[in-house]
Amino acid sequence: MKASKKKTKQETEKKSAKKAEKLIDKKGVRLDGRKLDELRPVKLEVGVIPNADGSAYLEQGKNKILVGVYGPKEAHPRHIARQDRAVIQCRYHMAPFSVDERKSPAPSRRDVELSKVIREALEPAIFLEYYPKTAIQVYIEILQADGGTRCAGITAAALALADAGIPMRDLVVACAAGKADGKLMLDLMDTEDKVGEADVPVAFMPNLNAITLLQMDGNLSVDEFENAISMAIDGCKQIYALQKEALKLKYVAAEEAKEE
Amino acid sequence: MNSPIVVRIKKKRIVELLANGKRVDEREPTEYRKIELDSGVIERAEGSARVRLGKTDVMVGVKIATGTPFSDVPNKGVLTVNAELVPLASPYFEPGPPGENAVELARVVDRGIRESKAIDLEKLCVEPGKLVFVVFVDVYILNHDGNLIDASTMAALAALVNTKMFKYEVEDGKIVKKPGYTPLPIVNYPISVTFAKIGDKLVLDTGLDEEEVMDARLTMTMDKDGKICAIQKGGGSGYFTKEEISEAAKIALKKTEELRKIVVKG
Repeated sequence: MKASKKKTKQETEKKSAKKAEKLIDKKGVRLDGRKLDELRPVKLEVGVIPNADGSAYLEQGKNKILVGVYGPKEAHPRHIARQDRAVIQCRYHMAPFSVDERKSPAPSRRDVELSKVIREALEPAIFLEYYPKTAIQVYIEILQADGGTRCAGITAAALALADAGIPMRDLVVACAAGKADGKLMLDLMDTEDKVGEADVPVAFMPNLNAITLLQMDGNLSVDEFENAISMAIDGCKQIYALQKEALKLKYVAAEEAKEE
Repeated sequence: MNSPIVVRIKKKRIVELLANGKRVDEREPTEYRKIELDSGVIERAEGSARVRLGKTDVMVGVKIATGTPFSDVPNKGVLTVNAELVPLASPYFEPGPPGENAVELARVVDRGIRESKAIDLEKLCVEPGKLVFVVFVDVYILNHDGNLIDASTMAALAALVNTKMFKYEVEDGKIVKKPGYTPLPIVNYPISVTFAKIGDKLVLDTGLDEEEVMDARLTMTMDKDGKICAIQKGGGSGYFTKEEISEAAKIALKKTEELRKIVVKG
């Protein structure tokens, strides 16, 4: 009951902030100066946690997210192991200080759901059948939240998995589109998400043209929804280029260190 | 859970059948199993309904209590949805606090009701900031034979439509029950349809066999005006293409309307 109440609160907050301010000015510029189809600045870095087998750090707007990957390793508890493939254990977790009002560190129902959908967004990319009876652990820590954390978490998690050397069909990249102030827009930040009419997070594997996460809440016609997906996929493709860049950069840095 | 080999054999058969447009139980790809709906099955609950979708069996009870509103929406009642995968319903369900499947189920049902604004929550406010009604929707799975999401959204909607609120008066800031009942203010009717992708085919209303072998799952919830109010992809390590999602949206538009007529009569 307690947990569900919290969720209700989060979602009702959306409505209360309504009409507090205009989200888009007359020129179609958003509160943080972005155009409707513009991403927030994205910063990506891999290999940031020495102890982890793979790790990544992401900033997207004010989002600050750290992901650590361990494994493939012996599955624990043992009964979760699968005879024919590896299992992914994924934990999406928000730091107590990541939001305005302190969040209890205990997992909320939202956290449980997000851990599940993020896991299912990553699974299609990984050659799970290469590592039967093992577990791959993906720990996503939201250090600061500014809207779109599930997508940013997926983007960072895919990088951390690649950094861990786990064979993948493609990188998974995620981005949301939504509707606020009556207009479709890309990569909603916290205020836009809370006040807005709809949010459509999408995770995508560009090389395979595969959508691996899709959720929506709010109110959209079928046409608006399809446009929102297209917009989100365009955003994904932009971030995808940055992901590849970040992965390369690690090896360039290692190469340079060797030369010195 | 069946061994991986059994699942693989099963999948091969189901995919072969689907290639010829057939399913294990001889339904059409978008055909639902027989839907049986009973409303008002629990007298002690303010609202209730039981939906049987083939052998899947879901009961939803609605209880109404009083409580305090959230400080940011002082003039609205509170909606809470919870789901229990009751251990008697399947050899795979175990006692204990709700796992991720139960949490996801509850949240998908919740999102449909909340985002379509099915309940006029402002009418459930007694005294702004102090006293409101809380609507508890409890989804109880009694037999699991696949497609729990659609069965649960249907049962939840039917139970809400069936819900009666007692009449009351406010005396000294307290609610005093009066004789007679009024219906819960229901203003929208969200219905979900859940697609499974098996191989490269989309099917609706999966049975347990199909669910075991599906690559991915996609739920679309639509309101009475054909607007999408909730979507959830899940269920397995597969994916959808944009074209498949567009196709699903078109089918969902028709199908939700059909199902709504069954759940909300008149």
